[in-house]
Amino acid sequence: MSAVLETRIAEWRAQLRVPTAITAEEAEELEGHLRDEAAVLLAAGLDEDEAFLIAIRRLGAIDAISAEFARTNSARLWKQLVLAAPTTPDSRSALTGLWWALGIGLVAAASFQLLLGSVIGWPGATTGPGTPAAYGLLTLIPVAALTIWLLVRRRDEASGRRRVLLALTPILLLTIGLALGPLGPRIAGGEWFALVALHAPIAAWLSVGLADVGAAWRDVPRRMDFVRFTGELAIYFTLLALGGGVLFGLTSAIVAPLAPAALPWLAQVGLGSCAVVAVPVSAWLVTAKQSIIENLAPVLARIFLPLVALVCLGAAALYLVGGAQRGFDREFMIVLDVLLVLVLGLVLYNLSARGTRRATRFFDIAGLLAIFGALVLDTMLLLDLIDRVGDYGWTANRVAALGLNLLLVVVLAVAAALSALQLGGRTPIAALERWLMSTLPAYSIWAAVVVLVHPLVFGTG
Amino acid sequence: MRIDKDLVAAVATPLVLSIVADSPSYGYAILARVRELSAGELEWSDGMLYPLLHRLEELGLLTAEWGRSPEGRRRKYYSITRAGTRAIAQQRAQWSTVTATLDRLWQRSAGQPVLGVTP
Repeated sequence: MSAVLETRIAEWRAQLRVPTAITAEEAEELEGHLRDEAAVLLAAGLDEDEAFLIAIRRLGAIDAISAEFARTNSARLWKQLVLAAPTTPDSRSALTGLWWALGIGLVAAASFQLLLGSVIGWPGATTGPGTPAAYGLLTLIPVAALTIWLLVRRRDEASGRRRVLLALTPILLLTIGLALGPLGPRIAGGEWFALVALHAPIAAWLSVGLADVGAAWRDVPRRMDFVRFTGELAIYFTLLALGGGVLFGLTSAIVAPLAPAALPWLAQVGLGSCAVVAVPVSAWLVTAKQSIIENLAPVLARIFLPLVALVCLGAAALYLVGGAQRGFDREFMIVLDVLLVLVLGLVLYNLSARGTRRATRFFDIAGLLAIFGALVLDTMLLLDLIDRVGDYGWTANRVAALGLNLLLVVVLAVAAALSALQLGGRTPIAALERWLMSTLPAYSIWAAVVVLVHPLVFGTG
Repeated sequence: MRIDKDLVAAVATPLVLSIVADSPSYGYAILARVRELSAGELEWSDGMLYPLLHRLEELGLLTAEWGRSPEGRRRKYYSITRAGTRAIAQQRAQWSTVTATLDRLWQRSAGQPVLGVTP
């Protein structure tokens, strides 16, 4: 083909590269199509300009094609912003979102302080250790604030009332269960404090999910969006916490010589309230300042996935070779479970940030290795747990840990198999995604069982 | 006759899968085949085929491989997978039900006078 057509195609190609929803490979495929079409038209006797124009016209508008590609890739596409998205809120409605976040956050912080003050005591005047149920209720407050903020944000969408009902049910059930269950007055056993405080927010996260995805909760891409929302929320909250920590440190250093008595107030009321308010504000940041984290989160996932793979494999090898020097205690188990959940989270993020197939093979392999290491670690943990149950019998703690780790082992094992099959080209990446998404509610449901059913079963102990 | 956009969208998946199931093919040839089979009645903007092909590949119904055209240009060839064959069978069953239902309905109403008086 001659120069005129080549120039035209080069111009078109340059235009195609602007919306990044189309990858280089996809652009090449489209260009091939254009050349095929042009060749046929040239053979039919058209001149080059005509052939190019007709071929372009038949191919369709670039905007429409790239929007369609984006829709195809929406589960893994982070930068939907490059398409002039009509859903992007204008600055005014974004500001309204912030006011709502602050308002809901402040109400939540006030209830948090009232509950904390009445059950455990105001600074400097501790009334008692409180009850496990109170700790559980305290952790529910920020989650409830987040749920309500999401519901407010989506109040204009269809099926609003059903969404509200659906979303508030888990939190209400947990609140009622905690307030009226045996954890209120009766049980004073130390193990319940950590157990309830750890599991209640995880169980209540179901509410956040339902508030976010609403009626589309069966939809895999929507669940994926929610996981992404959760991850971005965690990143923003961590950033705010880091900044807040520095500010608090400075403030206490300044206040200490002036009014030492104010320090406990500053910590409990000041820092505590700020932490609660930061939860809905982080959620607002996720939605309003999406572009920042959208670019950051996949980068973080890519940086840490290989590193976590190394950690998991290294730890697994150490345990396999040397054996554990002492039994796994509870703190260690929590840390390990956090690591396992981190592995799953990173694998998920890597999945959702996938661009073209081949470029991510390295990260897919890193993901598989991380899953494999995590699986070995978790299997050992489980064996140790079963051992201990055999020696010392069942307790609320052991059953809670056993349940969670059984769940994790199953999820990790299937994920490892699917991920290996996918690397071998036997199953599509969608299968792994679907598996991880369909098991998502199981964590919350198990946590709810720990909070609501465990006290009834082990309540006398 | 212009065929409704939604209907074209609905028929695109079984159409593309079945064409590729006949023999591995590439984008331009798939469109040419659609045009030929439907005598030009079933048309959509060419570019829209590619997102669809990629979606089907993502779902594991098709596999893609880069090959060469006779002129030596790189070209992406698609072929059907086992899951794709199963999907065709499902689509086929669904479409026969739909067309059979409409057929029955329209054959019956065709037998009646246009301003039929119900007894």
